[in-house]
Amino acid sequence: MSQMKFEIPKIELMKSGHVACPGCGASMAMRYALKALGQNTMIVIPACCWAIIDGPSPCSVNGVPVFHTAFETAAITATGIKAGLSRQGDNDTTVMAWAGDGGTFDIGLQALSGAAERNEDIIYVCYDNEAYMNTGIQRSSATPWGAWTTTTPTKTPKSRPKKNIIDILLAHHIPYVATASVAYPDDFIRKMKKAKSIRGMKFIQILSPCPPGWKSAPEQSVHISRLAVNSKVFPLYEVEDGYRYKISLNHKNIPVEEYLKHQGRFKHLSKEQIKQIQVDTDTKWEVLMKKVEMGELFSEN
Amino acid sequence: MENGVITAGLEKYFNPETTEEVKVTEGTHAASYAVGLARVKVISAYPITPQTSIVEKLSEMCASGEIDAEFIKVESEHSAMACVIGSESTGARSFTATSSQGLALMHEELHWAAGARLPVVMVNVNRALGAPWNIWADQSDSLAQRDTGWVQLYAESNQEVLDMVLQAYRLAEEIMLPVMVNMDAFFLSHTTEPVAIPKQHLVDQFLPGYNPKFKMDIKDPRAFGGLATPDRYMELRYNIQKSMEGALDLIPKIADEYDAIIKRHHGGLVEEYLTEDAEYLLVTSGTITGTSRIVVDAFRNKGIKVGLLKMRVFRPFPVKVVQESAGRAKKIAVIDRNISFGQSGIFFNELKSALYNLETRPLINGYVAGLGGRDVTPSTIEKVINHLIAAEKGEDLIWMELNYESDEI
Repeated sequence: MSQMKFEIPKIELMKSGHVACPGCGASMAMRYALKALGQNTMIVIPACCWAIIDGPSPCSVNGVPVFHTAFETAAITATGIKAGLSRQGDNDTTVMAWAGDGGTFDIGLQALSGAAERNEDIIYVCYDNEAYMNTGIQRSSATPWGAWTTTTPTKTPKSRPKKNIIDILLAHHIPYVATASVAYPDDFIRKMKKAKSIRGMKFIQILSPCPPGWKSAPEQSVHISRLAVNSKVFPLYEVEDGYRYKISLNHKNIPVEEYLKHQGRFKHLSKEQIKQIQVDTDTKWEVLMKKVEMGELFSEN
Repeated sequence: MENGVITAGLEKYFNPETTEEVKVTEGTHAASYAVGLARVKVISAYPITPQTSIVEKLSEMCASGEIDAEFIKVESEHSAMACVIGSESTGARSFTATSSQGLALMHEELHWAAGARLPVVMVNVNRALGAPWNIWADQSDSLAQRDTGWVQLYAESNQEVLDMVLQAYRLAEEIMLPVMVNMDAFFLSHTTEPVAIPKQHLVDQFLPGYNPKFKMDIKDPRAFGGLATPDRYMELRYNIQKSMEGALDLIPKIADEYDAIIKRHHGGLVEEYLTEDAEYLLVTSGTITGTSRIVVDAFRNKGIKVGLLKMRVFRPFPVKVVQESAGRAKKIAVIDRNISFGQSGIFFNELKSALYNLETRPLINGYVAGLGGRDVTPSTIEKVINHLIAAEKGEDLIWMELNYESDEI
């Protein structure tokens, strides 16, 4: 992590009065995202927690235009808004799709892939709380292996690994893909600003702690986010043009158990199962390191 | 008849004063030319037979610079509709087109467009739904979208398609509801007819730029479509109904304005042909109407008072006009190229319902014909009229020319 001093913008576009649960990672994430993007931003929100968090009609906590849209349409509605503005001479406004993991990994994947393939000039942010939290904690393809949800009860917890959404987006050769965390607002804001400065499709995945869904203490959300990064469960990195990888933060190699133990959704796991998660996490990190090397190889040639 | 030239004798069909050129063109291309004339800014679509040639032509028109629009070639019809919902929300006039399965896939978004009060205009080429696969004419696709809050218009000719699309934008942007212009697969979509392309400056006069009261605007940030609680939702639905009812007055008014500027009129909510003194009234929509005109003439020549009521508008349903026009007849035959399984032809059912409160109700028969693109010939229509004349009591569902049913007529 760079030791350079980083100023968090003072501007507060997200006002008080939102209706998120205490400790909601997604509400912190929006606040930082708007600090980075500024006033000249429009937001598209599909069905997800944020469809509620923004406030009932006619209220909105965000001081920028918001368009609520159907579950699977965040990427394409943002595309339409961008096209409408651009055809009326406005090429500067940033249009940001802001969706949960269900609307990104699952039902919205087709429209997201379409927008990425066409390299639409939008920022797509997935605040990933690793399940359908707004409907009451059902598993999604972003739910990690071994986790409890209401549709993966502890007797039969999630038996498949979390889908790698970053790799799916990278397969589209888009200009910018990154992961971000509410525990590292400076890194988060830098990435959002960078995304804003790039033309074409940008994708940012934010790990978004959900106290009711993760069965964690609200005051622990930032701490858990930090542990996710430092245990390599959720590495912070960015990828430009589909191959130039850059690790954003040197992790502290904390055991995954430290991350898991704060969350009731993992409390049924045996020592062996936790060991398995550790092995998987280490392997994924090694694979990521190889990708960084491969990216360097590409850059040299 | 050649492309581009109004030859002697054709002036009565094509007004040289208002016509830029006459193109011999298929229905799909007539729609594409209308989109150009409407100065649409954003187009989004996904290919499906027989709509495809609309978007192929539009792609050419965008690529050549003939029209100044952005064409977003999306990965599904669902996304096509979501895309124009997005672009319309910024105040950019937008267009999409589809057919059959594609329209069915859009269903969720059709509700969203209407609920969000966005004046999207879409051309739907009426095609049968699977299974089994069938690409030919059938109105079940659009009529299954009856309750989505879209105005539904039905064209009889390629010229009417072009004129109807232009009028659809005027209507949509006045009532802030989306409008669907329907044409029959192949009978219009892929059949060439001479079509007068109106002069651009006259179209501009008829259809000025779109400037909505509310839109996605950085200077006036608002949230659109946020959660409406039970104490708010119902009034929003009431407002949609009121706007729909308003369309009943506006559609004929807009048709008259179009006539005043472009000098062409296809009727308002309905078009009446020899209905004034008709004892037997045929009710049709789409291309079956054109065939019916000839059959009506033949019966008139025999001294039998048959008339024809062409339904141009299905939503809002023109109850009052139907009561006035159909209410005068002794007997009515409705021909439906569609079926609501477990009920009857859909136009029939709507008509029957509209006539219920009349003091003297005419006999009304429902005929289902031509599903999945089967020809509805003059002979089919003649059979319908003869059956109607002989009928002693109304029948809701009469299947026409089935290949294997013994109770067919």
